[in-house]
Amino acid sequence: MPEMTLIEAVRSALHEEMERDQRVFVMGEDVGQRGGVFLATQGFIEDFGPERVMDTPLAEASIMGIALGAAFRGMRPIPEVQFSDFVWPSVNQLIGEAARVHYGTNGALRVPMTVRIPYGGGIRGGLFHSQNVESLFFHTPGLLVVTPSTPYEAKGLLKSAIRDDNPVIFLEHKKTYRLVRGEVPDEEYTLPIGPADIKRVGSDVTVVSYGLSMHYCLAAAASVADDGISAEVVDLRTLKPLDTETILQSVQKTGKLLVVHEDNISGGIGAEIAALAADEAFEYLDAPIARLCGPDVPTMPFAQTLEDAYMPSPEAIASEIRRLAAY
Amino acid sequence: MTQANVTDAEPAGIATTNASIEAQLPQELAPADLVEVCRQMILVRTMDERIWMMNRQGKVPIAASCQGHEAAQLGSLLAAQKNGDCFLFPYYRDLALKMAAGLTPRQVMLSFMGKEGEPYSGARQFPLQGADLPRNIIQISNVVAAGLTQSVGYALACKMMGDDTVTLCYFGDGASSQGETHEAMNFAAIHKLPVVFICENNKYAISTPQASQMVVSDVAARAEGYGFPGFVIDGMDFMACYEATREGIQHARSVGPVLVEMKVERFMPHTTDDDDRRYRDRDALEEARQFDPVAVFPAQMVQQGVATQEQIDEFRSDAMRQVNDATDFADAAAPPDASTISDHLYVEGGA
Repeated sequence: MPEMTLIEAVRSALHEEMERDQRVFVMGEDVGQRGGVFLATQGFIEDFGPERVMDTPLAEASIMGIALGAAFRGMRPIPEVQFSDFVWPSVNQLIGEAARVHYGTNGALRVPMTVRIPYGGGIRGGLFHSQNVESLFFHTPGLLVVTPSTPYEAKGLLKSAIRDDNPVIFLEHKKTYRLVRGEVPDEEYTLPIGPADIKRVGSDVTVVSYGLSMHYCLAAAASVADDGISAEVVDLRTLKPLDTETILQSVQKTGKLLVVHEDNISGGIGAEIAALAADEAFEYLDAPIARLCGPDVPTMPFAQTLEDAYMPSPEAIASEIRRLAAY
Repeated sequence: MTQANVTDAEPAGIATTNASIEAQLPQELAPADLVEVCRQMILVRTMDERIWMMNRQGKVPIAASCQGHEAAQLGSLLAAQKNGDCFLFPYYRDLALKMAAGLTPRQVMLSFMGKEGEPYSGARQFPLQGADLPRNIIQISNVVAAGLTQSVGYALACKMMGDDTVTLCYFGDGASSQGETHEAMNFAAIHKLPVVFICENNKYAISTPQASQMVVSDVAARAEGYGFPGFVIDGMDFMACYEATREGIQHARSVGPVLVEMKVERFMPHTTDDDDRRYRDRDALEEARQFDPVAVFPAQMVQQGVATQEQIDEFRSDAMRQVNDATDFADAAAPPDASTISDHLYVEGGA
C-alpha cells in the first residue's frame, strides 16, 4: 500500500469521486487555478475544467447558498470553506437552511452536499485561522459531521460523504494535512460515516478524541504504558451521528473516561460525551469523568506561548490519564 | 440610472372587443387565459380574506397576506407557465402564486391550519413553505434573501446539466438589503445564469418604509452595478407584470440575469400578528385601494369584452363556495400525528 499525507488522501478522494460522478463538482475560493490554498484540488482544473472546479468570489454565504441550490436540482456540490474561521458568514445557509431542507419539505428535497472545512490550530494561525467550529454543527440536527484523523480515514470517509444524500460537514484538521502520513489502499474503498475506531486497545482508562488531538492521545497512551497504565484510545472519526455504543462499551470496560479535544470546553463534544457516560454508564464509573479541552477563550492566540497554552499536549493528556488511573 | 421600462410593450388596455384584444396579446396567450386569471384573482382574494378571519377565530396561527400583490404574482406566474420550462423560488408573501400554480383550496386551508396533508412541509413549516416540486416550486426559509443564493445555485445547476430551465426568484424590498442579495446577483451575472429576479416592492419591510431602507427610489437601479438590465414596472397592472416577466424569461434564457421590480401595495399588515396602524397612513392606504388588481383587472376584462359580468359574478360565488368547503374540510382534518416528529430528518442511503 502506498503511503501518503492526509491532504494527498483528500485530493485522491475528490479526484476519484469527480471521475466517478459527473454531478460532483467543487467550488470555493482559489480552488480552481491555484488548486486551493492547501492544494486539495491541485491540477483539477486541467482534468475537469473550470465549470466543475469553480473559483468563486470571496463570499461565503453565497458559496453555500449556491451549492445548496445546485443540490436541489440534483448536482452533488462540494463547497470548500478556505479556513474554518470563514464559515461564519455562511452559517445561516448551513444551520438555518441545509440542515432542515429534508425535514422542512417533509422529505421531498434532499441535500447531497459535502462541505469541506480545514479547521483547527497549532499552526500559528491566530484568532482567525485556527478555530474549531465543530460544536455548532454537532448541535444541529439534520447535519452529519465527520472528523478524520488519518489519510486512510480521510479518503474513505470523504468518498462516503460525497455519495451521501445528506449535508455533510467534513472537517479536516489543517495541522494533520502534511504532519500525518499513512497507508492508503490502491484499490477502491469507502468507510461508513458513523462508526468510531479503537486506535489503541487498553483496559484502565478510556480516552476519547478526534482529529489532531487523537494523535496526541496516542502519544500520551504510549508514554503512560511505560508506567504500566493501559489506556484505550477511541477515535470518534464521525461526530454526528456519535458512536455512543463504542464509547459506552469502552467505558464499561475501563470504568474511567477522559475526553480530549482542541475545541473550547464549554458546550463542546466532551460535554455531550460526559453526559452520555453519566446517563448510561453511571454504574460502571470508578472515577470522575474528565475533560481536557481548549480553554474558554475565542481560540488559540497568535503568540507561541499563548498558542501552546491553548493546545492540549501529549504531556497534559498523559498527566490526566495518570490522575484517572490512580482512582 | 439605466432603466428601461418594458411596459412600453404592453398591450394597451383600451380594446373593446374580444377579437381586438386577441390581436394585441402575445401569441402564447388566449383571451380564455385572462378569464382564468380573473377566476384565480377572485379565488385567491376570497381565500386570503378567509385565512385572516380564521386567524381571528384562533384557527390559523399566522398568515402573511398577499392582498395587493396579486397582479405581480399571477402575471409573472402565467408568464412562467407560458414561456418554456421555468422553476420558481417564491417568498413568504406569495400565496397567489403558490395557489394558482395548482393547489386546491382544501390544500391551502390545510396548510394554514397546520393539518395532516399539508402540501409543502407536512405542516412543519409556516403555511406554504417548503417545496411543491410537482409544480416546480421551492421556498425553504423565512430568513429573507436566503432563497436568492439558492435560486442562483439552482440556475447554475440547470446550466451545468444543459437544461433550458429559467429560474424565477422572488423577494421583497426588505430582502434587497441583505448581503446575500448582492452576492446572488453578482454571481448570477458572472456566470450569465438564466435567472429572473423579481422584486415585489411594497415599500415596507414590516414597518420600515423604503426611505429608511435605501436612498435610491428603485431597487432595479442596482442591476446596472451587476452589469445586467433592471426594469421598473407597475406591479398592480397584470398585463405589465406578464409582459415584463415574459421578456425577462426570454432575456434570461438567451443572455443572462435580469431584475424586474414590480411596485405593489401591501393592503394588509405584515402578518396577522402585526398592527400597521402604528406606522401606515390610513388615507394613503385607502387611496391605494383604487388600484386593487382584484377589482381593476376583472372590471377591465368585462369592459374589453374578454369576460362577462355574469362570469365574474359566478367566479365570486364559486370562490365563496370553494373557500367555505375548504374551511370546513381543513377544520375537520386531523393534525399530523405527534409520533412523526423525527421523520425525514435524514435521508437513508445515498448515490
